[in-house]
Amino acid sequence: MASNQGHASYYVPESTRFPFFAAIGLGLMVLGAGGLLNDRLAQADTSTHTWMLLAGFALLIVILWNWFGLAIRENLQGLNSAQLKRSYVIGMQWFIFSEVMFFAAFFGALFYVRHLVAPWLAGEGDHDGFTNTLLWQGFVSDWGSTVLTPQQALLAAGGEQMIAMNGTFNAALQDMSWKGIPLYNTILLLTSSVTVHFAHHALKAGHKKPFHVWMVITLLLGFSFVYLQGVEYHHAYTEMGLTLGSGIYGTTFFMLTGFHGFHVCLGAVMLTIMFLRSLLAGHFTPDDHFGFEAASWYWHFVDVVWIGLFLFVYIL
Amino acid sequence: MGEHHGPAKGLSRWLFTTNHKDIGTLYLWFSFAMFILGGAFAMIIRAELFQPGMQLIEPDFFNQMTTMHGLVMVFGAIMPAFVGLANWMIPMMIGAPDMALPRMNNWSFWILPFAFLILASTLFMEGGAPNFGWTFYAPLSTTYAPPSVNYFIFAVHIMGASSIMGSINIIATIVNLRAPGMTYMKMPLFVWTWFITAFLLVAVMPVLAGCVTMMLMDINFGTSFFSAAGGGDPVLFQHVFWFFGHPEVYIIILPAFGVISEVIPTFSRKPLFGYASMVYATAAIAFLSFVVWAHHMFTVGMPIAGELYFMYATMLIAVPTGVKVFNWITTMFKGAITFETPMLFAIAFVILFTLGGFTGLMLSLAPVDFQYHDSYFVVAHFHYVMVAGAIFGMSAGVYYWLPKWTGRMYNETMAKAHFWIGFIGFNVTFFPQHFAGLAGMPRRIPDYALQFADLNMMSSIGAFTYGFSQILFLFIVIQTIRNGKPVSDPKVWEGANGLEWTLPTPAPYHTFATPPTIK
Amino acid sequence: MRSRVIQLATLALASLMLLAGGAMAEEATKSAGFWLNMPEGVTAVSRDVYALHMKIVWICGLIGILVFGVMFYAMIAHRKSLGVKPATFHESTLVEILWTVVPFIILIYMAFPATKTLIAHYDDSEPDIDILVTGYQWKWKYEYLNDSGEKVSFFSNLRTPNDEIHNESPKGEHYLLEVDEPLVVPVGKKVRFLITANDVIHSWWVPAIAVKKDAIPGFVNESWTRIEKEGVYRGQCAELCGKNHGFMPIVVNAVSEDEFNAWMAKKQQAAAEIRALMDQELPMEDLMARGEQVYNTSCAMCHGGAGEGTGIAPALKGSKLATGAISDHLAIVVNGKPGTAMAAYGSQFNELDIAAVVTYERNSWGNNMGDLLQPIDVANAKKGQ
Ligand code: HEA
Ligand code: HEA
Ligand code: HEC
Ligand code: CUA
Ligand SMILES: [Cu+2]
Repeated sequence: MASNQGHASYYVPESTRFPFFAAIGLGLMVLGAGGLLNDRLAQADTSTHTWMLLAGFALLIVILWNWFGLAIRENLQGLNSAQLKRSYVIGMQWFIFSEVMFFAAFFGALFYVRHLVAPWLAGEGDHDGFTNTLLWQGFVSDWGSTVLTPQQALLAAGGEQMIAMNGTFNAALQDMSWKGIPLYNTILLLTSSVTVHFAHHALKAGHKKPFHVWMVITLLLGFSFVYLQGVEYHHAYTEMGLTLGSGIYGTTFFMLTGFHGFHVCLGAVMLTIMFLRSLLAGHFTPDDHFGFEAASWYWHFVDVVWIGLFLFVYIL
Repeated sequence: MGEHHGPAKGLSRWLFTTNHKDIGTLYLWFSFAMFILGGAFAMIIRAELFQPGMQLIEPDFFNQMTTMHGLVMVFGAIMPAFVGLANWMIPMMIGAPDMALPRMNNWSFWILPFAFLILASTLFMEGGAPNFGWTFYAPLSTTYAPPSVNYFIFAVHIMGASSIMGSINIIATIVNLRAPGMTYMKMPLFVWTWFITAFLLVAVMPVLAGCVTMMLMDINFGTSFFSAAGGGDPVLFQHVFWFFGHPEVYIIILPAFGVISEVIPTFSRKPLFGYASMVYATAAIAFLSFVVWAHHMFTVGMPIAGELYFMYATMLIAVPTGVKVFNWITTMFKGAITFETPMLFAIAFVILFTLGGFTGLMLSLAPVDFQYHDSYFVVAHFHYVMVAGAIFGMSAGVYYWLPKWTGRMYNETMAKAHFWIGFIGFNVTFFPQHFAGLAGMPRRIPDYALQFADLNMMSSIGAFTYGFSQILFLFIVIQTIRNGKPVSDPKVWEGANGLEWTLPTPAPYHTFATPPTIK
Repeated sequence: MRSRVIQLATLALASLMLLAGGAMAEEATKSAGFWLNMPEGVTAVSRDVYALHMKIVWICGLIGILVFGVMFYAMIAHRKSLGVKPATFHESTLVEILWTVVPFIILIYMAFPATKTLIAHYDDSEPDIDILVTGYQWKWKYEYLNDSGEKVSFFSNLRTPNDEIHNESPKGEHYLLEVDEPLVVPVGKKVRFLITANDVIHSWWVPAIAVKKDAIPGFVNESWTRIEKEGVYRGQCAELCGKNHGFMPIVVNAVSEDEFNAWMAKKQQAAAEIRALMDQELPMEDLMARGEQVYNTSCAMCHGGAGEGTGIAPALKGSKLATGAISDHLAIVVNGKPGTAMAAYGSQFNELDIAAVVTYERNSWGNNMGDLLQPIDVANAKKGQ
C-alpha cells in the first residue's frame, strides 16, 4: 500500500543543528537530575544541580520549539510529500505504542504484587506459609480494605524483626475509593475524548469556529481533570495518610496515577499548542492537520490508560 | 534534490548530518570505540582471574568491571553497531533515498555518546561505578547501591530513548520508503530481521525504562516496589527486567542472522534456501521471546507450574532457530563455495552459534539449570551466542560491505589472519568456561578455588589472544580506508545479489534520489 | 569417487571429535581431583539431574554431528575451486516441514525426563529436619528449627585467612571453600532447607546435592536433600551480593545419624551455657574479650579493624554514638539503620554478644567511656521497645 506515490520528492534536509544541541540539553538535564538526587540523599546543597537541570531543560525546550517550528514551516512551504507525511504518521503511531508498553510495565507490576506477592506474604501458595510464619506474622492479604504493610503488621503482631527492613513504610488510614473524584474524573476525561473527536470532525469539514469551540471545551475538561487529581493527591497526603511511602499500595497508586497525570499534562500542552496554532496562526486545513491529529491520538491514548486505571486501581 | 550535493566539510558534517550513511558511519565508529572500552574491562577481568588469589584489583572494583563490561558491550557495542549497519544498508537495500525521519536519526545517535559519557564517568565518582551486574538485581542495585546508581538510571533512560527513536525510524523507513515493486516478501533478509528487531525494541525498551524508573523511586522517594517490608518483592524486579532482557538477547542476534543470510548465499553462489520460512522463523522467534523471560529465574522459587511453563516455552525456541540453521546449511549445499573472510566468519558463526544454542537448550531445562545457573556455564553460553554470534556476524557484515562503503578492498591475507587468530582465541577463551561452570565455579567472582586454576589460565590466555585480533581488525579497517586497493565494480562479489550491489562502488553520498523499480 | 571419500572422511572426523569431547568429559569426571563435568553428586535427585545433563549433551552432540557433517561435506565437496556449478534450488516445503517437526519431537523426548526430575526436585513434603538458611552480606546463618530443647543457630563465615587471598602465604587445599563452622546434617534423612536472606539476594548452592535456591530478603524459599554418603560437600553463594560475593562459601558436613545427634546435643549444651551467662553480671575483661571476637568477625569488614571506618561505614573511633549515650549506641546496633548497610543486629546476635560488642566499641581504639552493658540490659532494652 505504501509504495507507489511521492518517491521522487522525498524531502531530506541537508543538515540540521537542532538534534546535536538538543542532545546537549538532554545531557545537561540528566546530569543535573542525577546530581540533584544524590545531593538530596547526602543532604547537601542542591542549588548547582538544580540550575543545571533547569538550564538543560530550557535548552531542550527552546530547541524543540524551533525544531517543530521548522517542521511546520517546511510543511507550509509544501516541501512535505504525501509520503513524508506518512512517515510522521507512522512515527507517531509507534511512539504511542512505546508509551503503551511503558504503562504495561507498571500495570504488570500492579497485577504481580497484588495477585501473587500479597498472598505469598500472607502465607498462601505452595510454600507452606513459611514466608508468613517466619517473617511476616500478622500480615494478611486484603488489598484495598486495610493497607497495613508487612512491616507494620509484623510490629503490630508483636513479632520480632527477623531481617533488615530496607526502608520504613507507613500505612494509609484508608484506601482510595472510586466514588467521588475518580468517578468525576472518569466522566471528564471520557467526555473530553468525545469533544476532541467532534473538534476533529469540525476541522475535517472545514468549520474552524466549531473546531475552536470544541477545543476549548476539551482543554477545559482536561485541565479540570488535572486540577481534581491535584485535589485528590492533597487529600490523600494530608488526610488519608496515603503517600508514596505507604507500602506497595501507595507505591502503585501514586506511580500509576502519577505517570498518567503527567501524560495528561503533556497531552493538554500539545492540544493547547494545536489550538493556538489554529487560532493565532491559522494553521490546519481540512485535509492537512496531522499536528492536531497526532495530539488527539495522544489524548485518546491517555483516556484509554485512565479507563485501565479506573478499573484496576480504583474499582477492583 | 541532493544528488550533486556532497557532504559538508569538517566537524559540522558529523555533528549536524542527516545523511543515513554519515549517521551509519558515526554509529559504527562509536560502537567500535565502545567495543574497545568494554573489551578493556574484559581484559582487566581476565587478568585478575589469570591466577587464584587477589592480585591486581579490589573485589568491589572487579564487580564494577563485570557490570560495566556487560553494560558497555550490550548497550554500547552491539546494539549501536547493528543500528549503524541498518542505517547504511536498509535504504540501499530497499531503494529508498534515505531514512524516513533524517533529523530524528541524527538525534538518536547523538544522545548516545552523552549517555555513555555519563555512564563511564561513574567510574570516577565517589563510591565507584555500578557494581551490581549488568542485570542490576534489586535490592543490591537500590538500597545497597553506590550513589552513582542515579546516573546509571538516567543513562539507561537515554539509551532507551535512543533505541526507541532509532527503531521507529527503521520501521517507518521499511513500511513507507520501499521502492515500487519492493514487496515485503521481496525484501532482503537483513531488512526483515531488522524490521522485526525494531518492533522488539519499541516493545521492550519502554519496559526497561519502567524498570529503572521503579528503582529510581525506591532509591529516592521511599516507594516499595522491591521491598517485602512494604509489600513489594525483589523478584518483581527480575520479572520486569527479564521481560525486557530476554527479547533483548534476540535484539542482539536477529540482525546478525540477517547479515549471515546475506553473506552465505553470496559466497555459495546460490539463492538463499527457504526465504519464506526464514521470515516466518524470525517472526516466531520474536514472538516466543516475549513469553519465556522467567527461564533466567528458575532458581528464584517460582511455583512449579511456572517453572514448567517457562521451561517448555523456552525449549520451543530451538525449533524456529533450527529452521534458520538448516536453511543456511542447505543454502551452502550444492553451491559453489569460496572462502573469503566474510564467508569464514559466517561459517564460524553458524557452527559456534549452534553450539551456544545447544547450551542454551541445556539451560532451558529447569532442573538441570539449578546446577548451571549463575555459573561459568552460563557465561560460556552467552559468549558463544553473543561474541561468536553477534560479533562474528558483525565482522562478517563489515568485511562484506566495507568495499561498497569505501570503494576499497581490504587486505584478504590480513583479514584471514584476523579471522583465524580470533577464532582460535575465542574458543580458547570460552570453551574451557563450560567446564569451569560445570565443575562449580560461580560467575561474578574475583577469586576462585584451586581446582579452577588451569581452566581460568587457559581462558585468560585465549582472551588476550582474542583481544589482540581485534586490534588487528582496527588496523585492517583503517588501512583499507586509507590505502586499500580501489574497487569500482558495483557488484564487488561475484555472487552478490540485491539492490545495494546495483549502486556504484563506493556508494554515492545520496542513495536512490529516484526510486528504482523492482520487477 | 573422490567426493565420496571426502564425505566419509569428514563425517568420521567430525564424529570422532565430538565423541572424544564427550568421552573426555565423562572420563575426567571419574578421575579424582581435576573435574571437568557436573558432579554426579550424592543424592537421588543429583544423579537424576546428572543423567539428564548427560542425555542432553549426547543428543545435542548427535544433532551437531549430523548438522556439521552436512555442512563440512558441502564445504569440502561443493567448493568453487573444484569447478562445481552451483545448483539453483531454493525451496522445498517437504524438508521445511520435516526439520520443523523432527526437532519438535526431539524436544518432547527431552521434556519428559526434565519434567519428572523437576517434580521430584520440588517435592519437599514430609521432611525429617527443617533448617532455616539465611544469607547475610557475606556469611550464612543456619538455624535448626524443629528441635526440642535448646534452639541451635550459628553463623558460617569464610575461614581462609587474608594472607592466602593476598598471596602472602601458600593457599590451602580448600582455598575459599572452607568455613569456620559448617552445616552439619545426618545422612539418610530428608533435610528441608528454608532459605531466605537478610539484606540482598544470595543463592545457596551445593553442587554435590544439586541444590541451588535463591535467598530472597522477605521471602522464604524451600528446597531439600537426602544425602546418601557421608562426607564434606562444598559450594558457594551463587548470586551477586556485593563486594564479598566470591567469599561466602558453604560447607555441608554429612555425618551418620549418631554422630549428628551427638553433635546436636553438644550444640544444645553450649547454647544452654550461654543462656546461663545471660542473667549474670560479667566482668569487663570477659565482655571485652568476647566483644573483640564478635567485632572482628562481624563488624570490622565495614567499620575497619581499628574502628577507623571504611568506604562503606563511618568510623566508630570517636564517633558521636560510640562516645555518646549508651542507649543510643545500643539502639543502632539492635535496630540497625533502615536504608543503609547497617543491619539490625538484634535479630542476628544473642544478648550476650550485643552487650559484649557495644562494650568493646566504647572502650577500644581510644574510645574511653569506661561503661559497660550486661546481657540483661540488652534484653530489657529489647523488651522495652
Ligand atoms: C545473543 C544472545 C542470546 C541468544 C541467541 C540466546 C539463545 C538462547 N538462550 Fe540464552 N542467554 C543470553 C543470550 C542469548 N541466549 C545471555 C546474555 C544470558 C545470560 C544473562 C545473564 O544472566 O547475564 C543467557 C542465559 C540463558 C538462560 C538462563 C541461564 C541461567 O542464568 O541460569 C537460559 C535458560 O533457559 C537460556 C536459554 C537460551 C535458549 C534456549 C536459546 C535459544 O534461542 C537457542 C536456540 C538454538 C539452538 C537450539 C541451536 C540450533 C538449533 C538446531 C540445530 C535445531 C535442532 C536442535 C535441537 C532440537 C536440540 N539463555
Ligand atoms: C555482546 C556482548 C559481549 C562481548 C562482545 C563480550 C566480550 C568478552 N567478554 Fe563478556 N560479558 C558480557 C557480554 C559480552 N562480553 C555480559 C553481558 C557479561 C555479564 C556481565 C555480568 O555478569 O553482569 C559478560 C561477562 C564476562 C565475564 C564474566 C565476568 C564475571 O562473571 O565476573 C568474562 C570473563 O571472562 C568475560 C570475558 C569477555 C572477553 C574476554 C571478551 C572478549 O571477546 C573481548 C574482546 C575485545 C577486546 C579485548 C577489545 C579490543 C582490544 C583492546 C581493548 C586492546 C587491549 C588488548 C589487550 C590487552 C590484549 N565477559
Ligand atoms: C555491611 C556493613 C556494616 C556492618 C557489617 C556493620 N555496620 Fe555499623 N554501620 C554501617 C553503616 C553504613 C553505618 C552508618 C549508618 C548511617 O548512615 O547512619 C553504621 C553505623 C554504625 C554505628 C553508628 C555510628 C555513628 O556514630 O553514627 C554503630 C555504633 C555501628 N554501626 C555498630 C556496628 C556494630 C557493632 C557492628 C557489628 C556487630 C556493625 N556496626 C556492623 C555499616 C555496617
Ligand atoms: Cu551472597 Cu553472593
Ligand atoms: Cu533469555
